[in-house]
Amino acid sequence: MNQVKKFISKNAVPILFAIVCLLGVYYAQMPGQFLLMEIVKRMARNSFLVLSLIIPVVAGMGLNFGIVLGALAGQVALILSTHWEWSGIGGLLLTALLATPMAVLFGILAGMVLNKAKGREMITGMVMGFFANGVYQFIFLFLVGTVIPFENAALRISTSPGLRNTVNLTRIRGALDNIWTVQIGFTKVPIVTFLVIALLAIAIWAFFKTKLGQDFRAVGQDRHIAGVAGIQTDRNRVLAIVFSTVLAAWGQIIFLQNIGTLNTYNSHEQVGTFAIAALLIGGASVTRATIGQALMGTFLFHLLFVVSPSAGQAIFGSAQVGEYFRVFVAYGIIAISLALHAWRSRSLAKARLKEDVSA
Amino acid sequence: MKERLIKIYHGFGLPRLIISVFLLALIIVAAGTELSVPGLLSDALVRIGQNGIYVLAMVPSIQAGAGLNFGLPVGVIAGMVGVLVAMENSLLGFGGFVVALLVAIPLGIIAGYLYSLLLNRVAGQEMMVGTYVGFSVVAGMCIFWLMAPFKNPALIWPVGGQGLRVTLTLADTFGGTLNEFLKFEIFGLTVPTGLLLFYALLAFLLWLFLRSKPGVAMEVVGRNPRFAVASGLNINAYRSVGIVLSTVLASIGYVVYAQSFGFAQLYNGPLMTAFPAVAAVLIGGASTREAKVLNAIIGVVLFQTLLTVAMPVTNQLIEGNISEIARVIVSNGMILYALTRVTGGEQA
Repeated sequence: MNQVKKFISKNAVPILFAIVCLLGVYYAQMPGQFLLMEIVKRMARNSFLVLSLIIPVVAGMGLNFGIVLGALAGQVALILSTHWEWSGIGGLLLTALLATPMAVLFGILAGMVLNKAKGREMITGMVMGFFANGVYQFIFLFLVGTVIPFENAALRISTSPGLRNTVNLTRIRGALDNIWTVQIGFTKVPIVTFLVIALLAIAIWAFFKTKLGQDFRAVGQDRHIAGVAGIQTDRNRVLAIVFSTVLAAWGQIIFLQNIGTLNTYNSHEQVGTFAIAALLIGGASVTRATIGQALMGTFLFHLLFVVSPSAGQAIFGSAQVGEYFRVFVAYGIIAISLALHAWRSRSLAKARLKEDVSA
Repeated sequence: MKERLIKIYHGFGLPRLIISVFLLALIIVAAGTELSVPGLLSDALVRIGQNGIYVLAMVPSIQAGAGLNFGLPVGVIAGMVGVLVAMENSLLGFGGFVVALLVAIPLGIIAGYLYSLLLNRVAGQEMMVGTYVGFSVVAGMCIFWLMAPFKNPALIWPVGGQGLRVTLTLADTFGGTLNEFLKFEIFGLTVPTGLLLFYALLAFLLWLFLRSKPGVAMEVVGRNPRFAVASGLNINAYRSVGIVLSTVLASIGYVVYAQSFGFAQLYNGPLMTAFPAVAAVLIGGASTREAKVLNAIIGVVLFQTLLTVAMPVTNQLIEGNISEIARVIVSNGMILYALTRVTGGEQA
């Protein structure tokens, strides 16, 4: 009995969301085949991005709202690869290769900025994402076609500067997903994409067994003690962000090859929010995140996403209510876990203070 | 003479100097084109009055030690309800404006108090928690706007009889009430006297409050909580005062904003209200730890003039609307700069 209690209190968030999702599924009355198809598609699309958040959490930098920078690196690479007409899986790999140095550079810059804002990494990362988004828009909406010569009918309308609002990624679409698919009913399961996700999960698990991974953990648990123990904390923090940014760049490429069209100016905006919400729904917190939580969270969050419009229609007579509800859940879950984290760390600090005084 | 200049320079600060010089250059460029400079400055005056109160709202929250109030939408929502109640009853002119305020202020106090209870429990992380509380409130209210019991056909969707429209016009009710009050023109410059007077009144009241006994106590709580405890001040109570004040100013700010702008944008409209206000107060020389009413005033004047003048001028020089992007880059760059400066303690 105690064990059950422990399990429930430990996994309160995912259990709660599982119940909400089940209610949603019940009211939405969607055909199971359709539900399965949507979930498989969305898991393939998003899992990689959610997994990219784990390393900075373990390194004590909180939820990396700055993965937007990685997503931007991925998109820049995709724009260039579309321009040069790379195609197929080879083209996709080349695109990922092209995105990597950009993401490394962005990651180093972001890591350096975050080292100047210790204790407020999350808000800084978020504002950094907005800032980078502004710079990205400035480049691709204004400089391209005016200062930077760039002529390509697939990407630009020649009468006005800047890229098109939507770019068709015909050459890359499904490059990874369609290598090997297994048909279950109506659902095509992209085996290779899931293999890549599994590979990443194993790589992250293995990484934390290495010396560097253990150093990250030590830095995450207590920066000062890790510093005294001879770990270069600042350097490790930058590295953690670099890993996360590179993974996010690859994640965004996987995401977009699945969707097949690039919304030049807003594909990336919600990357951070939705990935973080998914991770938190899986039961992760600001200081603790595991691979299982990331995958569980992605599943629950996207299940909720799929069923909420129909459930809203059934319960409130309006699909709009459901759509707003899922956005509310995404923001709300982040607000609640941030508040809980701050609350807990504050009571912890208070308790420590009392101990110090009594000792 | 030289020393005095250096003193003035240090008081004014480099960022403000750069922005002022840039602004001056823009205005000179504008005079060279066919743009009307007085017209541009008239627009700037309207936008200063329209956004000024949001920026003022940052001051009490920073002074009380709760940092920049990223949870501004909490107060904005209260203001929206006030505006909607006045519109639902088709109240015209000043009557509508006053009723909107009378509904908005108590709601703002309640919302601000609840918000402060949360922020007092998460001291040190107010900015991050505030941002997402603001986002959640906006998203949650989207559902409310859909289900709310408003009946006035001017407000709701024509089909179905329920759910507020996305954009509502105030032209038929109390749009421009303040702006038109005692409005006059001088050398082609239109001055929205009522709007600016109302803003000045609020700025003065806030300045007065910060100088009063509770205002000073609030500042002590924000500056040095340990010292405040030692002096027998109730930290949480004074922080609550600052946060409630900030929220109420946001509510009033929305009513003023809506009447000046002429439209009320519901649903995701208020999502990002906090960011330009945060940027403006930082541009005015405030930090995450210290802000004066003067910082808020200088900040909103520089930031809003910059945005108003920059857009038409750059449109003359290059194609496309760069103003929105300039706003994003300048405001977030400024926030980033403030967050990465060493401030002693750790605060988020």
